[in-house]
Amino acid sequence: MSTSALLLLIAAMAVLGYWLGKHRSLALVGGGRGIRQLHSLPGYYGLLTALWCALPCLAILLVWLAGQESVITTLVLRGLGTAATSEHASSGLLMNNIRNVAAGVIPADGVSPQVQAGAAEYLRLRSISAMAISGVILALGLAALFWVRARIAPQLRARNAVEAIAEKLLLACSTLAVFVTLGIVLSVAYESIRFFHSVPVHDFLFGIEWSPQTRMRDDQIGSSGSFGAVPLFLGTAMISGIAMLVAVPVGLFSAIYLSEYANRRFRSVAKPLLEILAGIPTVVYGFFAALTVGPILRGFGESVGLEVASESALAAGLVMGIMIIPFVSSLADDMITAVPQSLRDGAYALGATRSETIKQVVLRAALPGIVGGVLLAVSRAIGETMIVVMAAGLAANMTANPLDAVTTVTVQIVTLLTGDQEFDSPKTLAAFALGLVLFLVTLSLNVFALYIVRKYREQYE
Amino acid sequence: MSSRTAADTRLLVEKSLRRRAWAERRFRAYGLGAVLLGVVFVFFLFASIISKGYTAFLQARVTLDIFYDPAAIDPEGTRQAETLAMANYSALVRAALREKFPEIEGNARRRALYALVSSSAAFELQHRVQADPSLLGQRQRLSFLAAANVDQLLKGKIDRRLPEANRVLTDQQIACADKLVNDGQLKLRFNSAFFTGGDSREPEQAGVWGAVVGSMYTLAVTLLLSFPIGVAAAIYLEEFAPRNRWTDLIEVNINNLAAVPSIVFGLLGLAMFLNFFGMPRSAPLVGGFVLTLLTLPTIIIASRAALKAVPPSIREAAFGMGASRLQMVGHHVLPLAMPGILTGTIIGMARALGETAPLLMIGMVAFIVNVPRSLADPATVLPVQIYLWADSSERAFLERTSAAIIVLLAFLIVMNAAAVILRNRFERRW
Repeated sequence: MSTSALLLLIAAMAVLGYWLGKHRSLALVGGGRGIRQLHSLPGYYGLLTALWCALPCLAILLVWLAGQESVITTLVLRGLGTAATSEHASSGLLMNNIRNVAAGVIPADGVSPQVQAGAAEYLRLRSISAMAISGVILALGLAALFWVRARIAPQLRARNAVEAIAEKLLLACSTLAVFVTLGIVLSVAYESIRFFHSVPVHDFLFGIEWSPQTRMRDDQIGSSGSFGAVPLFLGTAMISGIAMLVAVPVGLFSAIYLSEYANRRFRSVAKPLLEILAGIPTVVYGFFAALTVGPILRGFGESVGLEVASESALAAGLVMGIMIIPFVSSLADDMITAVPQSLRDGAYALGATRSETIKQVVLRAALPGIVGGVLLAVSRAIGETMIVVMAAGLAANMTANPLDAVTTVTVQIVTLLTGDQEFDSPKTLAAFALGLVLFLVTLSLNVFALYIVRKYREQYE
Repeated sequence: MSSRTAADTRLLVEKSLRRRAWAERRFRAYGLGAVLLGVVFVFFLFASIISKGYTAFLQARVTLDIFYDPAAIDPEGTRQAETLAMANYSALVRAALREKFPEIEGNARRRALYALVSSSAAFELQHRVQADPSLLGQRQRLSFLAAANVDQLLKGKIDRRLPEANRVLTDQQIACADKLVNDGQLKLRFNSAFFTGGDSREPEQAGVWGAVVGSMYTLAVTLLLSFPIGVAAAIYLEEFAPRNRWTDLIEVNINNLAAVPSIVFGLLGLAMFLNFFGMPRSAPLVGGFVLTLLTLPTIIIASRAALKAVPPSIREAAFGMGASRLQMVGHHVLPLAMPGILTGTIIGMARALGETAPLLMIGMVAFIVNVPRSLADPATVLPVQIYLWADSSERAFLERTSAAIIVLLAFLIVMNAAAVILRNRFERRW
């Protein structure tokens, strides 16, 4: 049975369980009249039965889904013996062939007999596994149904039991966030450690040459397979820097104007308009940067006699800045409105003008919050991918000229991992090492910024 | 100070007043300038994309008189399915073109003539004949997609004044196209193929439907997973959780996950779902999983805010009537918070719809012609389709890219408008 059919089966058993439990409880007390003798409403007996039936089945199904492929792979490979695996480059490749033949992607008559045998074995094991899981789930579900049904009694505290289960489920959902973080750290760190086996950490972090193509021949030019990430860090810093040069002044000033000067009507029009910028997908900005802003800058550069690369850092940075404007402005807006009116009144009472009040009182009071917001914006700029993938270059140049093409960490992750890849080469693993750096840097920026923002908020609450 | 007279001070103050008034005006102008700059960016962005893309909604079509020549398709007259499937249908199109332009001779010149019609014309004829073999021997006036370059010519995007060598169309081709236009056989029509077709290497045949379906599957998985899990997590954190280290840890985690770059989620998806669990590459199912992880924090944060906005008196009243905590939440707090939660969910979904980078990591970036039929089929999504087309060097893809962006933005505008309406209509303020 397919997974969706199994899920349907479990759902059907749960519905049956609900019905059985509800009617059993009512039958025990002699129908609707005796309902007062029940500890809980009849529906709770039904729910309890359904939950007891569905949850173990779902758990088993999940374990099966997660484990079956690797178990079958091991069994198939063991069945073929070591001779077959040595003939093919690796067991992964062999297994891929077997799977493709089994799925009918590759015609079976064109492959070696080992692969044919493997495919047959694979299909046989799969069907056994599918039958086994269907049988187990059906048996387990029905057994649970009748076991709970037999235990239903008027004194059974069904509501409390259901609520206890529900609370556990809610708790499980909320811990998912922790597991996601854990998953990110573990998976990315694991691959990175494998990468650092072949490339030393300090070479990666402090090396100044980045050309991840490993060389096939000794005399090959340009593919030294060196993984010094400093040019990427500098490129990232430059593009993010340009973005912040655009986003911080524009965002901050528009936040000030909208919260301190603008009247209601202007605010109600301008604010949503600015926030449109936050809702536009980054791929659209990337397109805009690569095909509108880039050529404009190049044309402008030509007319004043400057050489602007067609994938200049400036174009990507400018557009990224535009993207971040609403982010900065809405955070700054929050921080400015959080400053108590009494501080403003005090400044006005001393004869300060509005702009003096803002510059000398409001902004100073809001400064920690604004700094926190800007740090969050920086972390967003560093992690931004599509704009730079589409509008920034691929070559790892070390340059301080914003008109040149530079590359960034995210661009390299995407280039290393899209297209044909083999999983064990340092080239692909390097992407995970870059991802780890990216994750750690943005994480520490976020933790620090959120700490500042929270502390600041508490100050005026 | 003491030596100064009152008049001096007055003068000083008056001078400084003027300066301060100026500073005030300047400051205000900066603020207004910043807001206007932002608004100008918005309009510039939209104007540049719409002006590039609106032409893609029209497409040049050639009308030709096709003679279903039995001698060319089925010379033996067997009408067998296999013969009909293998036949050379482009010969029919070529014959029709030769008939229209008898004056063009020579192989090279004829080949240039044939290049005016898209290669999809032959497939179209094949489908027609396979559906109805009795067409053989008949004549029919049919309209076909014109080649992308002809389409660009009609839209005025090919400069006729350029020397012939610098143009994608030769003088002869342009002359033929002009003749077809004059005879009413070459026209711009509404481009329905763009909305019903999958991706293609030929710009004139490429459509967004495959990507739209892929996006729908992916979003469906995302919604089905992230909505229940997100709401459950929010309920636990807001209504049940004791304040201790564990819940603090969860909270910090959620806030941080909301700010983790999306590409890191892609790396997680690649390492965990594809390499560890062995799930299929390019599948909407895996895309949905990754986007679920990505949108969960958004939904949790929005749901918590919505739950927090329900006044405590409602909870106390429910407890007072003897409700259990779960009943209190399920019967009272959650329904009251639902509009806010739904608003947050829609906004989260809108973000997931526009997300590209993590999906590149799990291989949804492949060239896929077929419209996906199931959650495990290889598929691509709208933003990735935009990325793929934007990368293409062919000029005709430029307007397709912009048009796909317009489609994507239309979806986003609808979703955000739904969120705004929901908020305005149903959200209660206490």
